[in-house]
Formats: sequence, structure tokens, C-alpha cells
Amino acid sequence: MSTVKDFETSQFPTWCPGCGDFGIWTALKNAFVEQGLLPHQTCVVFGIGCSGNMASFLNVYGFHGLHGRSIPVATGIKLANHKLPVVAIGGDGDGYGIGLGHLIHAMRRNVDITYVVHNNQIYGLTKGQTSPTSEHGLVTKSTPFGAIEMPIDPIALAIDVGATYVARGFSGNAKQLTELIIGGMKHKGFALIDVMQPCVTYNHLNTFHWFYQRLYELDKEGHDPADKAKAWARAMEWPTQLKVDENRVDRIPTGLFYQESRATYTDELPQLSDQALVEQTLGNIQIEPLMKKIS
Amino acid sequence: MTVKVNNLNWKIGGEAGYGILSAGEIFAYACAHGGLETFAYLEYPSLIRGGHNTYQVLVREDNVQSHSSQVDLLVALNKETIDRHLTEVVKDGALVYDSNEKDLRDYVCSRADAGCLGVPLEDLTKQAGGEKVMRNMVAVGVSFGLVKYPYDFIVELIDQVFSKKGAKMVQLNQAAAKAGYDYAQTNFAEKFDYQLKVKLNKDQRMLINGNEAIALGAIKAGLKFYAAYPMTPATSILHYLVAQERDYKLVVKQTEDEIAAMNMVVGASFAGVRSMTATSGGGFALMSEALGLAGMTECGTVVVIAQRPGPATGLPTWTEQGDLRFALHAGQGDFPRVVLAPGDPEECFYMTFQAHNLADKYQLPVIVLTDKYMAEARQTVPFFNTESLKLDRGELADTSKLSADARFARYAMTPSGVSQRSIPSQPGGVFAVNSDEHDDTGMANEEADTRQAQMDKRMKKLQALRSEIQEPVKLYGPKEAEVTLVGWGSTKGPILEAMKKSKNINFLQIRCLEPFPVKEVDTVLRQAKRRVLIENNYSGQLGGLIRERTGIDITDKFLKYDGRPIHPEEIITYVNS
Repeated sequence: MSTVKDFETSQFPTWCPGCGDFGIWTALKNAFVEQGLLPHQTCVVFGIGCSGNMASFLNVYGFHGLHGRSIPVATGIKLANHKLPVVAIGGDGDGYGIGLGHLIHAMRRNVDITYVVHNNQIYGLTKGQTSPTSEHGLVTKSTPFGAIEMPIDPIALAIDVGATYVARGFSGNAKQLTELIIGGMKHKGFALIDVMQPCVTYNHLNTFHWFYQRLYELDKEGHDPADKAKAWARAMEWPTQLKVDENRVDRIPTGLFYQESRATYTDELPQLSDQALVEQTLGNIQIEPLMKKIS
Repeated sequence: MTVKVNNLNWKIGGEAGYGILSAGEIFAYACAHGGLETFAYLEYPSLIRGGHNTYQVLVREDNVQSHSSQVDLLVALNKETIDRHLTEVVKDGALVYDSNEKDLRDYVCSRADAGCLGVPLEDLTKQAGGEKVMRNMVAVGVSFGLVKYPYDFIVELIDQVFSKKGAKMVQLNQAAAKAGYDYAQTNFAEKFDYQLKVKLNKDQRMLINGNEAIALGAIKAGLKFYAAYPMTPATSILHYLVAQERDYKLVVKQTEDEIAAMNMVVGASFAGVRSMTATSGGGFALMSEALGLAGMTECGTVVVIAQRPGPATGLPTWTEQGDLRFALHAGQGDFPRVVLAPGDPEECFYMTFQAHNLADKYQLPVIVLTDKYMAEARQTVPFFNTESLKLDRGELADTSKLSADARFARYAMTPSGVSQRSIPSQPGGVFAVNSDEHDDTGMANEEADTRQAQMDKRMKKLQALRSEIQEPVKLYGPKEAEVTLVGWGSTKGPILEAMKKSKNINFLQIRCLEPFPVKEVDTVLRQAKRRVLIENNYSGQLGGLIRERTGIDITDKFLKYDGRPIHPEEIITYVNS
């Protein structure tokens, strides 16, 4: 059996005091412990950003790669060893900005990865520029006159392109987030868990307080995650297409929007039916039959 | 007149969609099956229908290393082929053309010194019961009839190539070829002074191109994961490997882009399997950042760059050696890499095998640099000798010696710079791969001493590696010569062909560009009487590298950058000028 301490390193997180990343870090460790995983049985791939810095605070087989590229690295790992649980971590800039192309393809591919996005609707590590999920009109260092673009809706996007597990968590609700991460890891296929994670330093609009006023839990309202049309309708509730208004009152659903059972990418590969690639022993590989075909 | 036996350069041309490729491959393989040495080279534009295609096959009794620009028998399925290539036909050679073609019905050949043989290809096709598209097989039949090559080889080849399309297609194509064969024998029995005769070989031979040889080398080396985005001229590696996916238990993934391909390959390497990607210059540009990731994280990977002329989209289906500097310098910051430059399909095979061993043993990216000419041209080579090839997976951590209580020092300091690696799920091996500068367990670390120590550790690996590159240079021809040619990659074949015409030339082939074989190159070039640089690029990139690393400035250069390979005849002309 493992404990939360087993998943910590000698480095204490360097995030700002009060940062939403702490809640996600806690939920991840809890999720690993509750599944009975040991550090060496767990693989986590990180992108670049405040979230990616977790690579040094989480004691697992970690891979801190390039900005926006955690998904392809995680996919390579999963294809090489599909028996290994693989979690990918990134932020909204990493996953919905520079890496969005990879995300869309990973979802339609249904590769068995759990992707946890720290969505703080702002660029933190580069000190406060607009993000693909910043609300329309948000004033940031790179949009001093307000963001002109509409925010991406990751939940609707994921449902649309074929993700088989689509959830929204909140870093202020570690209990629910732990359950969502466990659910995503147990789910066979690609799981997107978009986590609303207030940036206490650069996003002065979408604060903890702001979220507490608006969040509600889907399962408490009897939402059926098997119903794609209803999942879509719930996704449409937020983000809205309205301009920034502090007094605006939206309702923001959290929890599992949508889940379906579909063969994963590796399920479709008969060459992986008994052994993972990494489990094969490399003996004397015979290429004579291939040479004969070219002769 | 004397009959030239087993020495023929055949070329067929026509519009894309005329079956030039299948005609060419059938001609080439039929010659190879008869034991003849064969070199097959194709040219085609970047489109699917229309445009001008050619396929040429140089056939000899022994030892053929490249194509030749001097054509003995030109087969024209359209007028454009004559307009473009008639001047390439040698004296006493011949042109065969389709006298049924609208604009060739009244054709008068301008070459009195060569045979001009009009053949009603379309009529013959129809008489044999075929469609117009089968003219290509009639043309192949005419060609073999002219050189009196046994008809059985064509029958066998057509059977192989068309059997997938059904018995009817096989029969129609064979009938078309037979019609052409008989027509030539009846009408042109004494019109062409070339003959192809079957030769018996002791060893088994392939007619293989560079891409297939690379794929075979990788499979032999235990490749398990291949990810790539289609890009000419590297694409056929993807096609070849995916066809073997189930038999050899590999995973071959077509990705959304080259960025994904390279990152996946690095991820798979971290997870413990041998991995590879292949692309051309444009795709490699997208891979550059992840190439550095492989260097920084010490994940051994193999990257094949099949060059084509750039910049940007350039000439997608043509050849150039313009990416040598790019391969050497791609990626931000200093990190160790190996760049190997095979010169023919045999070297493609053995060097790709070695590339995988080096990638694992020294935990760094290894680039195999080829080009369109080598990637797609076919050459007869003996079956590869695989007995001496041994896998070396390098320093793998021993689980019994690992502690579950501490993080694993994956990036520990060692005399060689190579440290042991653990594989995810290995107990006691927990660490982080980190693209940030890191300490020995992979945790981000910005301290000056850590940075310097890790940089030194990574770069030091090149020192030990240097002694492991088999024959980083090769010298062909006499040790002392009037002229020393210097080159790399696919110019090897044309240079060796050119050398057959002169005893006073030797050739220094540089097979490893990084780490650069300074001593070996310096030794040969210092004592050379006349040094001539031969490169298929504008700026003489190897020449610049030689000057940088040895101080030797080669001013005598033959550089070609029109998208076409260097012809052996051009080298002879340049050297004699």
C-alpha cells in the first residue's frame, strides 16, 4: 500500500500561496493512493507552464516535455506500454493553445490516457497574458483593451470530437476532483478532465469566490452522463458568449458530462493482444522472408 | 557491327497515369531476375495525373553503381518524351515510339545516327484484347524483344505484379507484352545492336531502394515503434513498415504532424522500446524542438531525413543534399547527436542498424541522412549479411540493485557521460525525464554547478562514441591519385561509376558527419594532389564543414542544385576540364 507521502519528492511546490494547482496536486496523489498504485507503477507526463512544474513535486515515472506536447509524448509511452497507467498534465495554454491540434487527435484516437488540464484562463508562468480560455473582454498584459477572441469551450469540443470521458473539476473541490481523476484513469479510453483552477496572481476575475458563487455538481441534479445530447446542453451553459461582467451570474456545471464505452486505440491493434511492445524480448529477428520479397 | 551484350541503359517516358512506374519496375526486376546487375531510377513531378514521368534502368553484366545520363534505348509513350530525352540517346542507340500517337503519326526523327523505331503500340494493345493503358506492357515487350531477352522473365513478373488485380488482368497484360515482344522480333530483328543475356549468380540478390533498406535495418535492430507524417521522399518507409506491423509486432503510427511524430518517438523511447521516425527537410523543421528534447532527456531515438530540394516546399519529388547543415545544427542549444550519411542501400541497412545501437547505448538522437535519389532508386545487392549484427541496448538498470526508498539517479555522473536508465514500471527506478535542466534524478535545477556538470556529462558522450563508428570515412581507388574526389551520401554511386573511366582518381567518402572524423579526413586531404568537392547542393555544405573542422579549404568544386542527381558523366567532364 502506498501513502500520499510516497508520491511527494524532496521539493515542495513553488506555486504561489493559494494557487489552485495545490488542489490538483492533492487530488492526483489521493487518486493514485486510492487506486493502490505505487510510484513506479504510475507514469505522468507534463507540459510546460505552472502545472508542468509539478514534474519535480510528484514522485512517479515523470516526463516533463515541451510546451504543448504532453499528449504526443503520453501517446508514445502508452503505445510502447499500454499496460502502464498514463496521466498527462497541462495548462490551458499548453493544451488548448499551442497543443490543441494534438488534443483533438488524441480524443478521436481514444488512446487510453487521462488528461488533466489546469485551466486558470490566463498565462501564469509567462506572467499574465491572455489564454485560449480567457473570457471575452478580459484585460490582461497582452490584451490591455480586453480580449477580442471568444474562449474555447473544452467540454463541448471534447464531446464533439469523440472523447469518451469528459469532465470538469474544480481545484477547490478536491473530493470531487479525486473521484473524477479515479474515474478517468479507470475509464478505458481518452479522458479529458478540465479543471477550473483560479490563478490568484494574474486572473482577478475568475477567482475562488467567483467560482464558489457559480459552480454546481452535475450528479446532484441527476445528470445522466450516457446521454450525449444532454451532456451537450450542459456544456453550453458555460463559458458563455457574453462579455466580461463581474455581476453576471452564470451556472457552471462540474462533474462528469459524458462517458461512452468504445474500443481504445490499442484495443484495435492485434499485435498488442498478449504483450505490450516493451515486454517483447528482442531475439535474433529474422528478415530473410522480407529480403526474399524484395528479390 | 559488334553486338553489345549486357550493357544497356533503357529509359521509358510518358505522362503520369501511363503506367511508367509499373513498366519500369517490371523491366528492372525482369533483368535482376535474370542475374543482371541493375540500377533503376525514376523521375516524376509532384502530382498524380499528367506531368512527365520517366523510369530508367541501367543493366550490366557486373557492378552497376548509379544511373547514367546516356541512354541506349529510349521508349516514348508520348511526344514530350522525345522532345525532352532524344538528345540523351547515344550513337547507334535507338528510339522506340508509339506511331499511333496523334502527334507522332508523321514523326520524322532528327537523329540519323540512332535507330528510330515507330511501333503501333495502341493498335497492338487492342489486338491483344487490352485497353490503351496497357501500352506500357507492349512497350516492355518490344524492349525485351529488341534485346532478345528470354520472354519467360516478363511472364513471371507480370504475374507477380498484377496477380492482386485478378487473373484477367494478368492474362491481358501478358498478351500485351507478348504482342510487343513478337512485333520487335519480326520487324526489328537486326535493328538494334544490344543484347541482354541471362547470367547465373551464386548468391541471392535483391533489387532494393534506400528506404526499404532502412526499414529492414530498423526491423532487424528490433524497432518496435515508428511514428511519421507522410512526406516525399520518406513516405515509403511508413508504407513498408506498416505492412510488417502484425508479422513483426510493431506499432506504426501515422500522426497529425511531425511535431507529434517526434514527441511520440521520444515518449516510446522513454518507455523502453526502440523507436524511429522519418521525414524530409520540411518535416524535420517541425521536429527540431523535440530533437533537442531527445538530446536533453537522453532518450535514444533514430531520425531519418530523406532530403529533397528546399527551402519551404521546394521541389517535392526531386533530389538534393541541402540539409547537411540543418541536420547538424537543428535545435536550440548544444546537445550531442550523431549524423550518419549512408551512400547506397547496403549502407542504409547497416547504418540504420547501427544507428539504433548507438541511440540506445549513448542515449541520444541519431540522424540517418539520405536523399530522394537514394531513397527511391533501386539497386541489385546481395542479401544482407545479418549474422554479425548484434543488438546492444546499452546501460539498463538492474532491478535487484535498485532501492525502492530513493529516487533513481538516472542522470548520475559517470566517466563516459552515459548513465544507467530505468524503464517505467521498473521497481526502484522512479525518476523524471525533464526538458528543464535537471539534477541526477531529473528534478528541475537551475544551479550553476548542476547546469555545467549536466552539460559536460551530455556532451562527453560523443568522445566515447567516436571510436564506435564503423569506418567514418572510406577511401576508394588508389591510395595515391592525381585527383581526390570528396563527397558524402548518394553521390557515392555516380562518383564510383565515374572512377571506372580513370585510374588516376580516388574518392574519400565521409560516412559520419557528427562526430566529424577530423583526423581521418585531414590525413587523406592533406596529402591529396588535387582535391575536388562533389556535392548535390548550392553552397558546398560538406566543403564548409571540412574547412571548419580541418582548416582545409577546397576551392575546386562541382556543385549541382537543379533538383537532379549528379550524373557520372558530369563528374568525368568536370575532372577533365
